[in-house]
Amino acid sequence: MTSTSILDQLKRNKISDLLDKGQRFDGRSFDEHRPITIETNVIPHANGSARIRLGDTEVVTGVKIQPDRPFPDMGDKGIFICTAEILPLAHPTAEPGPPGEDVIELARVVDRGIRESGMIDVSQLVIEKDKSVVGIFADNSVTDHDGNLFDACSYATAAAILTCKLPKWEMKDEKPTLVEGQISDAPITTIPVSVTMARIGEHILVDPNADEWACMDARITITTNSDGNICALQKGGDNGFTPEQIIKCSQTAISVGAKIRQKLEQARQGS
Amino acid sequence: MGGRDSNLVLLDENGIRCDGRKIDETRKITIKAGVLKNANGSAYIEFGDNKILAGVFGPRDVHPKHMSDTDTGIIRCRYHMSPFSVTERKNPAPSRREIEIGKVIKEALKPAVILEKFPRTAVDVYLEILQADGGTRCAALSAASVALADAGIPMRDLVAGCAAGKVADTIILDVGNEEDQAGQADMPIGYMPNLGQVTLLQLDGVLSSDEFKKCVDTGIDGCKQVYEIQKQALKDKFFGNGAA
Repeated sequence: MTSTSILDQLKRNKISDLLDKGQRFDGRSFDEHRPITIETNVIPHANGSARIRLGDTEVVTGVKIQPDRPFPDMGDKGIFICTAEILPLAHPTAEPGPPGEDVIELARVVDRGIRESGMIDVSQLVIEKDKSVVGIFADNSVTDHDGNLFDACSYATAAAILTCKLPKWEMKDEKPTLVEGQISDAPITTIPVSVTMARIGEHILVDPNADEWACMDARITITTNSDGNICALQKGGDNGFTPEQIIKCSQTAISVGAKIRQKLEQARQGS
Repeated sequence: MGGRDSNLVLLDENGIRCDGRKIDETRKITIKAGVLKNANGSAYIEFGDNKILAGVFGPRDVHPKHMSDTDTGIIRCRYHMSPFSVTERKNPAPSRREIEIGKVIKEALKPAVILEKFPRTAVDVYLEILQADGGTRCAALSAASVALADAGIPMRDLVAGCAAGKVADTIILDVGNEEDQAGQADMPIGYMPNLGQVTLLQLDGVLSSDEFKKCVDTGIDGCKQVYEIQKQALKDKFFGNGAA
């Protein structure tokens, strides 16, 4: 055992002792997320972009929009693809190289929240049916890792899409051709907001930081849309939840999500 | 994923689904334990038209060595779809989807397996989807639990898997392939009935708060049905035709 893991163990004991007294290590209440700051249009070369800080977790997300061939069975729909990478500068344990299963899960959970909410009306992204459609690519770069990358990447992706500018293409000689000077907002139908909660013992904590993440029993990420309905969910971690805990988490995700949605709404207005 | 066309009648006026089932009915499920000679434990499941093999090796030495843990055994899981398992040939290389599913199944099994008894070892669970027809992760999870038990690995409970979902504004049990493609929501659940713990839970699609609760309850009911079939499979293997 290395010295860091002994320190981690002591910290974990302290965290769970405090939880039993109703307190969190960083002083937050159980259903309180860390401070969120959202900046948009931080990368002018991208069609949309955002830098989010969620406590000490920081993510930069760029949206690139370009014509692409549609998927074979979905010629009447545009494409949305979301990726994530934990940059090596984000954490001492992050290494360059192909993504591991944690990062693949991260990207797929963020993707699912945006996709299943129907945030982007992809039927409006068709240049010519079955031939050419608009692809929206959201790439998340984690630049500082202090836990709960799921929510940080979800908010950054949502903010970048909300503020992106959609160029216009037309078919000329069987090829999509950019129409200069015509840009519009993306076809947005709703704002999905994910809320990730950790279970430590019997306690459910909203937006766990890295220390809490390291000692949680299980986690759950629940995404809600603007109507307050639940549109995506992912349970993770090495343990389970009781059905009652899951229902409680879904209610927390709806109420906390509504507050965070207002912040995203403000970022959209301010851009 | 996308492709939601509404031409298919998912639920008729008598409450019968596109494959003839009632809303609270699972597909036909059969499980057989101990089907492979070389694996320490194995199971074969047919869950509707899903056909899945599960093989378990271990506890055994960990390779690569740096993955081993001096405090506990580890569990690893590979979920893989055969190239011929779906309509269009699937590239045999592991996709991001398969890696994610392997991870969620691993995390669903972990609470059930008593790994602390086997420090520095690994239990490897290999899941091969020979034919896929919607709900493969739940079926694979159910087979994996039986294979782990068949391998004689100490367990706290079996994990049973079953999905619930929403088609035609109705909550249904055990979402089939067409219902997944054209339906409104799919919620795979993994549940340990004895311990009352949900260890796998995902959701694609929109549900109101009330529908969400109903969906969780419906899926858990399905898991309990799968659980009985799992137990019977183990009884058949070890006591012959459930004589015990």
